Amino acid sequence: MLEHWCSAPNIVFANDQAEASYKKRAKRVADAIQLKVPDRVPITPAFSMFPALDNGYTCEDVFFNPEKAFTAGVKALEAFQPDTFRLPIRQGQVFEAVDCRQILLPGRGISPMSGMQFVEKEYATADEFYDAFLDDPSDFMFRTLLPRMCGAMAPLKKLPAMREIFGYSRLPALIQAFADPDVLGVFNKMAEAGAEMEKISAYSREKSREVMSMGFPTDLSVGGLAPFDLIGDQIRGTRGVMLDMFRRPEKLLAAMEKSVPMIVAMVLRAKIMGNPIVSIPLHKGADGFMSLEQYKTFYWPTLRKVMISMIDEGLVPAPFFEGDNTSRLEVISDIPKGKALYRFEKINIHKAKEILGDTVCFRGNVPVSLLNTGTPEEVKDYVKELIDVVGREGGLIVDCGSVIDEAKHENIKAMIEFTKEYGRYY
Amino acid sequence: MSKELIEAMVDMKEQEALSIAKGLLDNGGDPIKILDSCSEAMEIVGKRFETGEYFLPQLMMAGEMLSQISIMVKPHIKGEQTKESLGKVLIGTVKGDIHNIGKDIVTFMLDVNGFEVKDIGVDVPPEKFVEAIKEFKPQIVGMSGLLTLAYDSMKDTVQAIVNAGLRDNVKIMIGGGQMDEKVREYTASDAYCQDAMAGVSKAKEWIGVK
Repeated sequence: MLEHWCSAPNIVFANDQAEASYKKRAKRVADAIQLKVPDRVPITPAFSMFPALDNGYTCEDVFFNPEKAFTAGVKALEAFQPDTFRLPIRQGQVFEAVDCRQILLPGRGISPMSGMQFVEKEYATADEFYDAFLDDPSDFMFRTLLPRMCGAMAPLKKLPAMREIFGYSRLPALIQAFADPDVLGVFNKMAEAGAEMEKISAYSREKSREVMSMGFPTDLSVGGLAPFDLIGDQIRGTRGVMLDMFRRPEKLLAAMEKSVPMIVAMVLRAKIMGNPIVSIPLHKGADGFMSLEQYKTFYWPTLRKVMISMIDEGLVPAPFFEGDNTSRLEVISDIPKGKALYRFEKINIHKAKEILGDTVCFRGNVPVSLLNTGTPEEVKDYVKELIDVVGREGGLIVDCGSVIDEAKHENIKAMIEFTKEYGRYY
Repeated sequence: MSKELIEAMVDMKEQEALSIAKGLLDNGGDPIKILDSCSEAMEIVGKRFETGEYFLPQLMMAGEMLSQISIMVKPHIKGEQTKESLGKVLIGTVKGDIHNIGKDIVTFMLDVNGFEVKDIGVDVPPEKFVEAIKEFKPQIVGMSGLLTLAYDSMKDTVQAIVNAGLRDNVKIMIGGGQMDEKVREYTASDAYCQDAMAGVSKAKEWIGVK
């Protein structure tokens, strides 16, 4: 899969130079991941809202105006010439159409200058969640979670369970459920939102190909997640999942096991999208969020299973260890050599190099606080140390330690230019 | 003090802790002493958090036990019991940011450690911080934020406190996912605290208690 991404057989390049640039950039990233020494340290800034904010657009534009989002993206691309790129196009209308309450969108309850913000809460109690999910996860998602997550989907709870439709005799009862105007309303709404999504995704696909044809490989593909976070972030909430660790550890472990193949099936979509490097943002396993023993019991085993299945399918899992994960380094070093990409936020880079250096490529971790409040000189100093400590013999991709929203233009420039200049291997 | 109750709570044995507390109450035990045992247990849990033996799940579980036992005990307390607080802390998530989890944990930890805490919510504009300082008269102000947009909101909030002539009355601490010493400097606040217990320690240091 990585080779396929590097050779980009389905892309029609703008010219020979664009084709050569694409291949050089993709190979650079692929070499780093496979722990081979590339021509230089790759630089892949995880731009989120930055391209818009840096070019006079709002975050609301990114979420609700694909054309403006594309223009902002291309301006950032031209200004910084990174090794990989992802357009800042989002699907605000789609979330808005179904009244999704799990996120707040820019200009809708939060500032138009803010990226989307996640609303964590206990979407289902332990009694509502575990047995139902273990018994029939799709039914739980469809008739309990979706109606709570999206205002427009509330009537879904009136539908019968799909597992009851085992033959013709149950069909009339299912069909009758659609006589309910509320239920019908959900499907009409979803059809409308679906048509909107079709438009946005066609546009986004077309523009992504355009960017690739200019010589830039795409950055990380669709996101996976850790089973513990699936339950903690999306369903039970921080307090809920942490109490479950004491009150019903077996059920929590069983629900996480159950979610492994679901997550794997979800990330396999990356194969269709053509980019095998799949981002897995990680939240509740960071230092401080649980003890090392709890991490080894509740967090790592199922996350590792997800990653191993992905590797078996030819994908490159790119877990993003948010927060500080220094105490986890020994545990997370148990991964096949040169097959994954570990993205770090706060980490002791000396220990990371010592423990993971022979096993997995390091991506990160210029502090976003530095990019935001520091000077170009300070940014260069940080990148220099990073390359000296972690990147001497390959195995390093420079990036910010977080997603980049607000940052000083000159600091981003310094991070990218200095990596290109100081990160040469040959 | 009940040694058994303290031990059960510290060892995260929820059912045991609840039944010990209930047994004590049923046998006419002093409700205030039961709560004192809980406070003692919370203090030990807090210390274990500071030394890296316990983590967030244990804090959450201990808090859950405390709140269940408090609910059980309260009807048995005669008259108004006013506990002396160590000091007053005003806390909120700054303008533009709606994240509450970190703020709620800090609020809870300050509360169980004897501070009087006023939580003014999320997405709090600078002028609301100023207004609340005038009204509540805290010694300490805690600003929370997860996003990078919070940097400027924190800076503006500190500036608003300066402009209102209140800066010398309060110590200001910041915390949250993207915060660090660099951001403390940028926002001109007094301390960056990496986690809830660091916040409690800093608050105690500022108030002058050990």
